[in-house]
Amino acid sequence: MKELSLHILDIAKNSVKAKANLIEITVNEDIENNLLIIDINDDGCGMSEEFLKTVKDPFSTTRTTRKVGMGISLFEAAANQCGGELDISSKEGEGTKMHVTFTYDHIDRAPLGDMAGTVTTLVSGSPDIDFLYRHIINGKEFVMDTREVRRELDGVPLDTPEVVMWLDGYIREGIDEIR
Amino acid sequence: MKTLAELQEIRNRALNQVNLRKEREDGIRIVVGMATCGIAAGARPVLNAFVKEIEKRNLQGVTVTQTGCIGMCRLEPIVEVYVPGQDKVTYVHMTEDKAARVVAEHIINNKPVAEFTIGEEVK
Repeated sequence: MKELSLHILDIAKNSVKAKANLIEITVNEDIENNLLIIDINDDGCGMSEEFLKTVKDPFSTTRTTRKVGMGISLFEAAANQCGGELDISSKEGEGTKMHVTFTYDHIDRAPLGDMAGTVTTLVSGSPDIDFLYRHIINGKEFVMDTREVRRELDGVPLDTPEVVMWLDGYIREGIDEIR
Repeated sequence: MKTLAELQEIRNRALNQVNLRKEREDGIRIVVGMATCGIAAGARPVLNAFVKEIEKRNLQGVTVTQTGCIGMCRLEPIVEVYVPGQDKVTYVHMTEDKAARVVAEHIINNKPVAEFTIGEEVK
């Protein structure tokens, strides 16, 4: 994957599959401490201890169409190649938390890429799930909460094209504002 | 600067389309493969290009949805178009530009873009 935002899209899809009601994605660009930190937390079905042990292995998957699942191992490789790490904790029935770190200025750190595109793709793909997106740059924060958006829309689905385009602009501008 | 208040205008416009739900059920469906393979091959900008074209042209009754791995990862990004009463059309190796043409020629003018279909690709 060329961008970290594409990994985030891929991983958050696991949360959707785990039947989460709320998926929280936080991107923290702590440039002063030379760190990029990505958190993806959900309240989905979680994993058993046994499955958690093998979950980073590409030959471990919940897929039924084949026996490989590359998502988590690719994301871990993207972190490891620039001095970072990927940690997952999970509890059955409670949810899953993923915490990934990167050395911000490492030459092999993939660019973050189009986070607005990732979040709108997630929202339009799962309009009935709520997403809390936080983007922090050196302590300045932008927050997008679909629960607020949903309240304003009062019944109009979140995957309505006009809403999706609004969301894309809203996130893009919000991140620009704190950069 | 975009504000949450703008959503109320969007809501009012959307609610004026009284047949919203019915159109959704009976309308055209565009399905984009969005598993690890599709994402890595560039499915996200393709999906967003479809949404953008539909919004720009104000097309009603067309929905864009996502699916998992279709099983032909080497042909991703893959897009399936379902027009009610017609056979499904599968497009492969999709790009943003190709998406714009599929909307103009297939979705609006009901003429599938033969050169982008899986049949042409594997010939």
